[in-house]
Amino acid sequence: MKTVEFREALREAMSEEMRRDETILLMGEEVAEYNGAYKVSKGMLAEFGSKRVIDTPIAELGFAGIAVGASMNGLRPIVEFMTFNFSLVAIDQVINSAAKMYSMSGGQYSCPIVFRGPTASAGQLGAQHSQAFENWYANCPGLKVVVPSNPYDAKGLLKTAIRDNDPVIFMESEQMYGDKAEIPEGEYSIPIGLADIKKQGNQVSIATFGKITKVVLKAAEELEKEGISAEVIDLRSVRPIDYETIINSVKKTNRLVIVEEAWPLASISSEITYMVQKNAFDYLDAPIRRITAADVPLPYAPTLIEVSLPNVARTIQAVKEVMYQ
Amino acid sequence: MAKTAEKTEKNLKFTKEQYLHWYESMLLMRRFEERTGQLYTMQKIKGFCHLYNGQEAIVAGTVSATKKTDKHITAYRDHVHPIALGLHPKYVMAELYAKITGCSKGKGGSMHIFSKEHNFVGGHGIVGGQIPLGAGIAFAEKYLGTNNLCVCSMGDGAVRQGALHEAFNMAMNWKLPVIFIIENNHYAMGTSVERTSNVHDLWKIGLAYDMPAKPVDGMTVEAVHEAIEEAAARARRGDGPTLLEMKTYRYRGHSMSDPQTYRSKDEVEEYKHQDPIDKVLDTLKKHKWITDAEIEKIEAKIKTIVEESVQFAEESPYPAPEELYHDVYVQQDYPFIKE
Repeated sequence: MKTVEFREALREAMSEEMRRDETILLMGEEVAEYNGAYKVSKGMLAEFGSKRVIDTPIAELGFAGIAVGASMNGLRPIVEFMTFNFSLVAIDQVINSAAKMYSMSGGQYSCPIVFRGPTASAGQLGAQHSQAFENWYANCPGLKVVVPSNPYDAKGLLKTAIRDNDPVIFMESEQMYGDKAEIPEGEYSIPIGLADIKKQGNQVSIATFGKITKVVLKAAEELEKEGISAEVIDLRSVRPIDYETIINSVKKTNRLVIVEEAWPLASISSEITYMVQKNAFDYLDAPIRRITAADVPLPYAPTLIEVSLPNVARTIQAVKEVMYQ
Repeated sequence: MAKTAEKTEKNLKFTKEQYLHWYESMLLMRRFEERTGQLYTMQKIKGFCHLYNGQEAIVAGTVSATKKTDKHITAYRDHVHPIALGLHPKYVMAELYAKITGCSKGKGGSMHIFSKEHNFVGGHGIVGGQIPLGAGIAFAEKYLGTNNLCVCSMGDGAVRQGALHEAFNMAMNWKLPVIFIIENNHYAMGTSVERTSNVHDLWKIGLAYDMPAKPVDGMTVEAVHEAIEEAAARARRGDGPTLLEMKTYRYRGHSMSDPQTYRSKDEVEEYKHQDPIDKVLDTLKKHKWITDAEIEKIEAKIKTIVEESVQFAEESPYPAPEELYHDVYVQQDYPFIKE
């Protein structure tokens, strides 16, 4: 085993795959000469050259479309969005082209492409740089949406995403790039669509994904001290969602809290709530609760951020409420 | 007398066979679209439906000046492009009928005609969306070192989309082997070119990106062929894209539901006097390369192909309900939410 940062895990996944398959390339703003806005692609230009590690102009719609076109014609591009906030400029090509090309061509043209970059908030960045769009992309058939929570998962899942023959949205966080974890020395991969139980427990289930998993694990640790045994389920992908793992956990604990950073309306937590009431209604001992971002554009002031985003205290409070404590 | 005729023939850039091929190809496009229009009125074809009548010289001249391995992509006025590339019209007609035998298995429809076998990469419904895709297809050809190019067509309306400007900039900066064709039929749906910008010469848009660009008489197949030939040579030399503004005209409405109140009947008639198919036929007649009997024979042959296509579409089954979840993901066992 070796210890790597999240950004290194991503870089290893991309570099290993690029060594294996010459049709894979990386494209985006500042990915080459600048070594990546968050240093994810550091050193990749030096290894793979400017043919395969490509700086683009600030033109998300254009380069996303060019990458989709290239994916229809024999290449396997990885597109880095400096943040998924900027992917909205490119969303026509993600939704109208990549997600439905295979279907509307009757199975003739597939799009093996990965769109990756950080999602959601990362400090006091203001309203336009702080949005979580996991549920937006997860709503669209034709895509897969992966949201890893630690370096080990990130590497294994990104390798699978790059090898996948369907378009994959891969969402990271500026606040995770420096996180460290042990990963195997050799190659490994993790299938898309399987949740991972990050902490076993038997009194309450907490489902989450991405960066917020860290908040939930901290909350579960605090709860453990108070004698409450929480099971933490990291979804790892939000399209598809591993409903089975969530439902099996709820059948064991009879209580569910869902924590995510998106806005509440039509979010991943709404979707999971529907599925659990449909499939495990008789097992529930309390209404399902969720914690999301506040239903407002995220303000700049730290006092307002504090009351907007999911945190340990709110998670603990919701857990206690479903336990009637 | 015979000697003079021979000499004239030698001086012509194109052969009798080329003209005959153009004539047949363009007439097939015209008759196919006329029949499509009738069938739409009869409600045999549903959805939106955009016909190519009047613009045939652009596709015919493009196909004759490119290689079989080159790729072609366009917007939603897309029925005849794959036919000119060699796809039997019955697969397009079956697609318009929403039948499983259609070239996109009845899942695409009028705006999403695809034929991978004939290098026709669609059929795209968002105005301008195919422009970055076309650049990307060319990007892959260059990356893979094939010496193929991509012909990326669009209407005059698409010129005002941001996607065009971003794609033009990168295509030129990266010297991608792509030929951008503006099929300027003067109206973006019902809005004339003049009403949407101060720039009315659309080819000039290329100049902002240092892209070689020029206007072309899109009603004359020889002019189209020559312009494409020059642009293709540039692309294959590694010198990058070309923008060609093909000045053309559509005889029919924007779509089948267009009352055409934005233009006069006289204007339409005026363009019909410059009909691209009539021009080819005139050349064939002038050189006595075709007899009246042969003209009738070609008409009859095309009529048979079109009617066979209609019959094939009529007799083909719709996709079975089980088809619903096929071709959405390459992954065979994707766990769809079904409740």
